[in-house]
Amino acid sequence: MAQILARGAPAPEFTLPVTPDQTLSLSELRGKPVILAFYPADWSPVCGDQMALYNEVLPEFKKHGAELLGISVDGAWCHAAFAKDRRLHFPLLADFEPKGEVSRKYGAYRTKEGFSERALFVIDPRGTIWWSYCSPIAVNPGADGILEALESLPRAAEPVTR
Amino acid sequence: MAHLKVPVTSRDHVQGSESAEVTLVEYGDFECPHCGRAYGVVKQVQVHFGDRLRFVYRHFPLREIHPQAEAAAETSEFAAARHRFWEMHDLLFENQQALGLPLMAESAEALGLSAAELREALAGGQYASKVQADFLGGVRSGVNGTPTFFIDGERHEGSYELAGLVSAIELRVSRVGIRRT
Repeated sequence: MAQILARGAPAPEFTLPVTPDQTLSLSELRGKPVILAFYPADWSPVCGDQMALYNEVLPEFKKHGAELLGISVDGAWCHAAFAKDRRLHFPLLADFEPKGEVSRKYGAYRTKEGFSERALFVIDPRGTIWWSYCSPIAVNPGADGILEALESLPRAAEPVTR
Repeated sequence: MAHLKVPVTSRDHVQGSESAEVTLVEYGDFECPHCGRAYGVVKQVQVHFGDRLRFVYRHFPLREIHPQAEAAAETSEFAAARHRFWEMHDLLFENQQALGLPLMAESAEALGLSAAELREALAGGQYASKVQADFLGGVRSGVNGTPTFFIDGERHEGSYELAGLVSAIELRVSRVGIRRT
């Protein structure tokens, strides 16, 4: 298992395609907690369950003002088809070119297999990693860790927006 | 290892005695095909352990991928409020292929309940908060898909085929037995 970035590290900035013709930068979400969910691949059985679960828990994440981003090395068109099929209500980012570059920055890339770890990060509103967790690749990590991390975020960090 | 965060209470749907040796909790979704298979397995597990096992069913509807799951869960709660939860639970799983409002209404009538009252309860979301409370408790406890089982509060990580569930429960019973002696 790769050594993923730990609590206290600055979250590396990135700009990735979020649809075939749009990109999203992490810095655009500054001022809100951000959940990054790296996962190995669209369509693989465990991922489907994990993303389906996050889709259902999304309203709970939103109660904390948090934004959820899924990230894998699949391309933007693949993500679009997957998101449509599973009716996902959160963005999937394509770490596609250069392949896995953002996953590597977070220590969440499996070089041998060529895809991302099943790694979770909660980034605080100032852009610092507040919590991270790397799950065994075949195990769906659930959402309990993310919710506990969001709850433990200091309240004072909230009114950073402009 | 994930642990059940919400203890079993009188608000739960329970089969078996509080003094049973071991408690099996399932988080399930009436539209989930895996839960449909697990339904038959749980029945066999219950026969295998008899009075030694207490079984609890909680809702974990994956509403986006299973459009009937929420209404089905609320239908079972409608029946529960009229002391017919387990009959409805069984009817919904046994007829999972036909899951939809007509089946829910028919099942209500088959149990001597009013289909009109059911429709009203569903339209008004009368039982939605109970279903949501189960769902959120499940999320907290590390439920990561359906079905998820907890054996005496510990998430069962293995297979939910008969042999896998039985041996996991046996293991738990034997550990408890050792502690008692």
